[in-house]
Amino acid sequence: MGKIYKSASEALDGILFDGMSIASGGFGLCGIPENSINAIKESGVKNLTVASNNAGVDDFGLGILLQTKQVKKMISSYVGENAEFMRQYLGGELELEFNPQGTLAERMRAGGAGIPGFYTKTGVGTVIAEGKEHKEFGGDMYILETGLVMDLSIVKAWKGDEAGNLIYNKTARNFNPNAATCGKICIAEVEELVPVGQLDPDHIHTPGIFVNRIFMGSHEKRIENRTISER
Amino acid sequence: MWDRNQMASRAALELADGMYVNLGIGIPTLVSNYIPEGIDVTLQSENGMLGMGPFPTEERIDPDLINAGKQTITELERTSYFSSADSFSMIRGGHIDMAILGAMEVSEKGDLANWMIPGKLVKGMGGAMDLVAGVKRVIVIMDHTNKSGDSKILKECTLPLTGKSVVHQIITNLCVFNVKQDGLEIIEYADGVDRKKIEEATEAKILN
Repeated sequence: MGKIYKSASEALDGILFDGMSIASGGFGLCGIPENSINAIKESGVKNLTVASNNAGVDDFGLGILLQTKQVKKMISSYVGENAEFMRQYLGGELELEFNPQGTLAERMRAGGAGIPGFYTKTGVGTVIAEGKEHKEFGGDMYILETGLVMDLSIVKAWKGDEAGNLIYNKTARNFNPNAATCGKICIAEVEELVPVGQLDPDHIHTPGIFVNRIFMGSHEKRIENRTISER
Repeated sequence: MWDRNQMASRAALELADGMYVNLGIGIPTLVSNYIPEGIDVTLQSENGMLGMGPFPTEERIDPDLINAGKQTITELERTSYFSSADSFSMIRGGHIDMAILGAMEVSEKGDLANWMIPGKLVKGMGGAMDLVAGVKRVIVIMDHTNKSGDSKILKECTLPLTGKSVVHQIITNLCVFNVKQDGLEIIEYADGVDRKKIEEATEAKILN
């Protein structure tokens, strides 16, 4: 069906350009599109605007694009695990737009659903609301947030098929289904790529219409905060 | 005075059977160790999980299964997984009964500051702004004063806000306050703490 590529660099070929915007799935280091991030680093494309809940850690995930100064601006809710991020931001080298986590997820969902703006109570009375339209509904105040439409979205799923249908695993789903919808082009990397007919249609999380290119990658799946119990 | 675990066990007394609850990072996470006998609550983790289980044993660690603090975790029989947008539909949509969060400052009006110190600490709000905007009842657990002994319970917050008039109850190492229309009401003293000690440690208006 023409969606299948051999590798991240093949899937990204002809798509990347300086100054482009990218939405990435993942929460912390869980469910991040490792292979696409590595290939974007290798390509050397720069001045990127990246929407992602987090910015990886210094040497893994989106953090590696910060090391190489390929990112101009991040749109994120939490960047606490990344010392290089903090250094570049406080030094004025990196732009940062903080979005509340739910607002970021909804901005991706809305952008992908053709909804240019929505009202939310989140952030009313805080710096997040400054300069944004306020409107009262039923006696409560809301602010206007905009949908995000990005040049590219990169996502990671557990299984995918030739039609681009995706199934995620556990909490590695997170932002991936939302990011998948808001890119003009979506590239999905999967742990297992199967022929059509192998996935139960009732179990598909992201229908293939949202996915333009798909490839099978290998994933390190680094654990950020290994916490165990004795029992 | 209460220690972290005593504060967490006090907060656990606020839980009611059948509740859906979101616990913040730090002391709030400890609340799950003290859920009273006979009370069944379902823990939501905003990265996309309802029905959060305990930490795994070494053999059961799964990099695809973490909580919002990025800690490895386990699932339960009742568990469901969902996207971030669905997760915040639960939170923003008022479907979560209670959030228990940490704080840097709280005001007598229930304003909460817990996400940044300008020029110093720039981590981000994560899901905290959505939680306080949408969850039915918000409880804060924190030390009454900072390391230099200054009150963290103020007339007005000095740090950037997470939400305005959003906190319902404050549990500190010294006492439990309910946030009322025009100030704070002491509803319980920690062991060995008297009113004078609370007064000295509190800038906000105490009603009783």
